[in-house]
Order: sequence, then C-alpha cells, then structure tokens
Amino acid sequence: MTNHPIFTDNDPQKETITLNLGPTHPATHGVFQNILEMDGERIVSGVSTIGYIHRAFEKIAEHRPFYQITPLTDRMNYCSSPINNMGWHMTVEKLLGIETPKRVDYLRVIVMELARISDHLICNGILGVDTGAFTGFLYLMEEREHIYEIYEEICGARLTTNIGRIGGFERDFNDIAFAKIKNFLVKFPPILKEFEVLFNRNRIFIERTSGVAPVDPETALNYSWSGPILRATGVDYDVRVNEPYSSYQDFDFDIPVGTSGDVYDRYIVRNEEMWQSLRIIEQALQKIEKEPKGVFHANVPEFYLPPKEEVYNNMEALIYHFKIVMGEIDTPKTEVYHAVEGGNGELGFYLVNDGGRSPYRLHFRRPSFINYQMYAPMSAGMLLSDAIINMSSLNVIAGELDA
Amino acid sequence: MGKISNQQVIQSLTLKFGDRISVPNEPFGLLTLETSVDHISEVLRFLKEDKELKFNYLTDITGIHFPEQKLSIGVIYHLHSLSNNVRVRIKVFLDGSTPNIPTATTLWEGANWMERETFDFFGIIFDGHPNLIRILNVDDMTVFPMRREHPLEDPNRVDKKDYFFGR
Repeated sequence: MTNHPIFTDNDPQKETITLNLGPTHPATHGVFQNILEMDGERIVSGVSTIGYIHRAFEKIAEHRPFYQITPLTDRMNYCSSPINNMGWHMTVEKLLGIETPKRVDYLRVIVMELARISDHLICNGILGVDTGAFTGFLYLMEEREHIYEIYEEICGARLTTNIGRIGGFERDFNDIAFAKIKNFLVKFPPILKEFEVLFNRNRIFIERTSGVAPVDPETALNYSWSGPILRATGVDYDVRVNEPYSSYQDFDFDIPVGTSGDVYDRYIVRNEEMWQSLRIIEQALQKIEKEPKGVFHANVPEFYLPPKEEVYNNMEALIYHFKIVMGEIDTPKTEVYHAVEGGNGELGFYLVNDGGRSPYRLHFRRPSFINYQMYAPMSAGMLLSDAIINMSSLNVIAGELDA
Repeated sequence: MGKISNQQVIQSLTLKFGDRISVPNEPFGLLTLETSVDHISEVLRFLKEDKELKFNYLTDITGIHFPEQKLSIGVIYHLHSLSNNVRVRIKVFLDGSTPNIPTATTLWEGANWMERETFDFFGIIFDGHPNLIRILNVDDMTVFPMRREHPLEDPNRVDKKDYFFGR
C-alpha cells in the first residue's frame, strides 16, 4: 500500500472520509493506530501505524546477561508472560546444553498451560464485550484472577511474572500452589462451560462473528500466521506437537482446528484449546506424583544461582555465585533458534552468542507482529464494526507487537 | 521429527545450486547455510516451490551486524517446511556500504513487515519492496539503531562498559 489516498489525494470532492482508529481508542484494547479511509460504514483501505510502545528490547538484550533478559520477555505478551519466560529459559538451556529433569518440565507445562488459558480467556472475553455481551467477560475475569493467584504463590508476581530461572524454578511449588491448581481444575470447567452456553449457540453472537473476516489457509500461510488464528483456518500447525519442548511429547492432547478461519472459528478454537490445556494440566499433576519430590531445577551450578544461605556459608557456592553474577563462565559460540507455542502463535527466540555473558544478537519472532500485518489489507471492504471484532479476535497484544 | 532429513535438503540444494551455497552446518539440528546476494532469490524460490522440500512457511527475517567483517551486514531467513516439519536457516552477508538485497515479498506477503523491521534497525535495503519505510522507530530517525556503532548507554559512562560484562 504505497500510496495511501489520504497522503496523495487532497481533492475537496473526495467522497471518502479519513478516520483515525486509535492510537488510544477504547475498542482496540491497546495502542494501535489504523488510519482508515471510510466510505460510509465501509472501510475502503487502511494503514496500520505501530511502534507506539517500542522499547528496544533487542538492543537492551545485547547488554544484559542472560538471566536479566527474562524480565524483558515478560513485557512482550503480558497476558501470558510465563510462556515467554519459559521460552527464553529453554532457549538458553538449549544453547548451554542443559537437560532439565522431568519434574521441572511438567511444572513448566502446568504454568505454561495456565498462561495459555489466561491468554485465551482475555481474548474470548473481550470478543464478547466487543460484540455487546459483557456478562461472559465478567465471569471469566474472576477465573483469570485465580490463575494470577497461582502465579503469585509460585513466584510472587502476578502479571509480569519473571517466573522460573535458567535450569528450572527459583523454588519448589508449595502445597498451597498445588492446592490452588487442583482447586482451579475443579472450579474452572463449570464456568468455562457456562461461558460456552452463553456464547456458542447464541444467535446474536453467531450472526455477529460467523463469516466475518474469513481467511483461507493459503493466505494465512502466505502471511506467516501462526497460533490459534492459523489453526482456525484449518492448518494443524502447533509448535507443541511439531517440535515438542519441555516434554510435551509425554502428554495426550488434541489440536483443535477450524474450517473457515472467521472470527467465530477463532473463538471456538481458543475455547477448545482451553479444554485441552486443562487436560494437559491434569495429566501433568498425575505425572508429577511419580517423579522424585523436591526436584525443581537442573543440577547446573555454573548457571543456576545457589541458595542465599549457601552463598554465605559455603565456599563453592560463593564462587559459583560470583562467577554467575560477574559472567565469568564461558558459553558456546554458536547460534540457536528456539520456538514455543505462545498464546498467539509461534514465539521464537533467535540467539547469536559470541561467548560472552550477554547475547551478541537476540531477535524475538513475535507472533503478534507477524499476525497483525494482514489486518489492514484484510480490513478493506469490511464494515467498521466487523473490523473491530476482527482485531479483537486476532488477539494482538501491543507489548508483543512493538517489543 | 522431520519427515525428510537435513541430508536430503542439502542433497537437493547442492544438486541444484552446486557451490553457490556454502558448506552447511547444523547447530542444534537446524540446517544453516549461506549463499550470496546474487543467488538468494533463486534459493528461496527453489526452497519454497520444490515439490519435495516445500519450505512454504517463512518463519522470520532478521539482520545482524558484524562491524569487523568485510561483509558486515547479515540477513538471516528462517524457513519452515510445515508438511515435512523441517526448518532451515539461510544467511546472506552484504557489504556494509551497499546493503542491498532482493525482496522476499514476491514469494511471501508476510515478508513485508519483517523486511521493514530489518530495514528500520539495520538499514538493509530490500530492492523491490513495495513500501520500505520505518515501522517501529519514528520516521525522522536518521540512524539504524541496531548497528553496533550505536551504544545503548550514555557513551561517557564507564561503569557499564562491555568488558565488565564478559567481553
């Protein structure tokens, strides 16, 4: 879209009007600006402007040791920050050749699937709000709060979690955390069921979403879509299955796919993924029972900080603590790409290492950024109200879009 | 894992391109090869359209800067063959004074913003790109901030020099 009408056409007899949707429009749920050329209610063309909250994470990451990059990843997709954290830890572990114990993998799977549920809850809840159904959103928000309480029990934080460390977790899950997870598994399904009863066969909701912004698989692949919106078009690409990480191969779960790729299909795919996530968490809890208790990190003293009391009372621990903090440990000079299935799609970390303690180059393959670029072209010809729910169902998170 | 091995990918590429692609290596199992700016379009097209390889999914395009090399600017493509479940990484290194490379938007629409981002941060010119303007940074920025000559911190500070950080 080189020549946008608003930049070239100053004709006073122009029949379309220019509309700024955003950057702070309440219906866009984030900092997105779209300059739309409108013919009545219909969008003729549009240009997306992004970068309003660009924070130069890639540049900052070149100057931070590996373990200080985790908080940067929190702030990309802040609706499911544990997935970003774990993805980063696993990238570094891949680089350093660290094998994590099975129990750590399962604990991570629990946290990541909880994060996926909370991500999809937001998206589907907000989709309801945008189509005029506020009730479902309020039902679901309470459950998101319960997920955040579980995070809080595990790591102390709620939104920007900085959860886990390179090699595992900073501490074991306590009994309250396990009790809260089990409680969630009991309390959440009826509420999700109720949400589905409100929406799935709701005539207003179906007429509002079905057939809106349909995407065929070829176009979606051509635009490098990934995640639930790609699966809604019928492509069964899920990183958890294609390249299992964190022992996802041990779990039995289905990958829901849609047929038409419209807003309704995306909604259904996300809902079904939440059910599958619940299945995974249940299996993970069972598997953890069989693993040796109290294992919550890999045995890698060169990279995993020793407990504080050890540092003060034990010579080796002090040495390792010093070496980790001062970056005295050699790392392999190589490059690694690691991808995880984030809430929105394939979240990739491309890390080029020169042997220092911070990356030479770190690139985030951010699904929101890549998914969003189709938004303006696909909006052409759409009604404005449809474009709003289309954006809602793409679940573009401004933090991840701009990094 | 993959339905075709990295060896098969190398074989069909060498059969087609011979020595126009470099000796490949496989860090962490991800086939990595290097080609020159003159052949990158053909290599990408071949990988995408070959009936067996089917690298139809463009995962990512990004750049890298090695100021001490003669060919200082690198462009890195990650492709994914979804049906075969194999990834491949292709690198092209460009002269720092003329960082021009043909666009991949003719093959994938999705390359549009990836190339704009790479241009924005590294100043790599993608010839034939329909709309090569800055995307994340402000329009009136004059430098390409991810190049190594631009420091992150205030250059007068001495407490955050790189040599304190292991290099």
